Amino acid sequence: MEEERFETNVGLAEMLKGGVIMDVTTAEQAKIAEDAGAVAVMALERLPSDIRKAGGVARMSDPTVIQEIQEVVSIPVMAKCRIGHFVEGQILQALGVDFIDESEVLTPADEANHIDKNAFKVPFVCGCRNLGEALRRIGEGAAMIRTKGEAGTGNIVEAVRHMRQVMGDIRRLTVLGDDELMAVSKDWGAPYEWVRKTAKLGRMPVPNFAAGGIATPADAALMMQLGAESVFVGSGIFKSDDPKSRAQAIVQSVTHYNDPEILMRVSSGLGNAMEGIEMSELREEDRLQTRGW
Amino acid sequence: MRHTIGILALQGDFEKHAEQLTSLNIETIQVRKPETLEKCRGLIIPGGESTTLTKLFDIYGFYEPIREFSRNHPVMGTCAGMIMLAAEADDYRISPLSLIDISVRRNAYGRQINSFVTNVDTPFLGESETFRAIFIRAPQIERVGPDVEILIEYKGNPVMVRNKNIFALAFHPELTHDPRIHQYFSEA
Repeated sequence: MEEERFETNVGLAEMLKGGVIMDVTTAEQAKIAEDAGAVAVMALERLPSDIRKAGGVARMSDPTVIQEIQEVVSIPVMAKCRIGHFVEGQILQALGVDFIDESEVLTPADEANHIDKNAFKVPFVCGCRNLGEALRRIGEGAAMIRTKGEAGTGNIVEAVRHMRQVMGDIRRLTVLGDDELMAVSKDWGAPYEWVRKTAKLGRMPVPNFAAGGIATPADAALMMQLGAESVFVGSGIFKSDDPKSRAQAIVQSVTHYNDPEILMRVSSGLGNAMEGIEMSELREEDRLQTRGW
Repeated sequence: MRHTIGILALQGDFEKHAEQLTSLNIETIQVRKPETLEKCRGLIIPGGESTTLTKLFDIYGFYEPIREFSRNHPVMGTCAGMIMLAAEADDYRISPLSLIDISVRRNAYGRQINSFVTNVDTPFLGESETFRAIFIRAPQIERVGPDVEILIEYKGNPVMVRNKNIFALAFHPELTHDPRIHQYFSEA
């Protein structure tokens, strides 16, 4: 990817900061998301919690669904492709989506390789559980990173684990000497140049968002206080009792993530959140976060 | 005398503006509530999503306080920020502040794949000066009122305009490492 392309792609991710990216499956839901103040929508055929229930192979959405959503909203439209499925990526690029999520929520197409995102013009976001994984994806050309969390569970615990890990990894890098960074690069299997850059910057070299289990305004604010710069909400909105109010409340909780008075107010009277899944109820092989490396 | 420049931090790349001003040794403050404007000598409305900004302006009552503030303080808007400053936007979803007499069209250049970087002439910064302008899903200024001064054009379209203390830009000077436009604004 040429340098200017990477710059404009990271630039778009910068514009999405302090915002909420909402999963939607229909044009009608996309309108609700936009009206509530979403900064972008993720166009899907099924919400992650339904993908989890249905089992089988989860693939890229039918382009028609994505096009219908593109037609009704003015905010950026994102869509998911399978890990390593670069042809789904090519199709999404041809559709003109604004961001592609190479996502563990879909069934991986390649267990050895992620997509060479440098070969694309459209920006990619990828999930991670630690800084090494994030820097591998950035090395491949990702313009935005998000924690994986555990999608479709409505349980924030994994997103917290991953964000704490990433932020801790970054802090650790900043206190190492230059002569210690190659060993870190070797340990983590992360590209040396990006390890060095991160150590120097003291932050993720591209925008760092949270995903995977956010169900309440408090969850969103928690991720922001832990260091996320925006949040993705998957099933958490349209699997709740009152999607419209909840969507608006989460938007406000991200802007005012440090203001408990406002958080208290926007958290009130939202009805039931989505039904959650305790991690011990999930079999190891049903954990989406272990997909990709 | 107030020293701090406020950066509207409801949503968008407000931290990039802060970095740019910090590089000029200018103090900044994030503005998330209207009362914070009382501490500011100028205000920047950053890039982001103008639909989101419209929503949050409405909920947190920003329209009148910003209009009031703009009567005697400089205000700059970049990209979505420019849309919010305009007199008219081509989209029913947006309620702009109407602080500068321009009409704007959202996403005029298309989707993200059409975002671009280009060098533009900036005669107001000095003869034969140029600036590296980054356009991201950028809006276009389609009409400019008689009191509005055009500072930068790109392919015959105004991309930076000014009316006295109000500055509107279709691109993102905060994403470059070049603080000249922020410097120019801070001297207004």
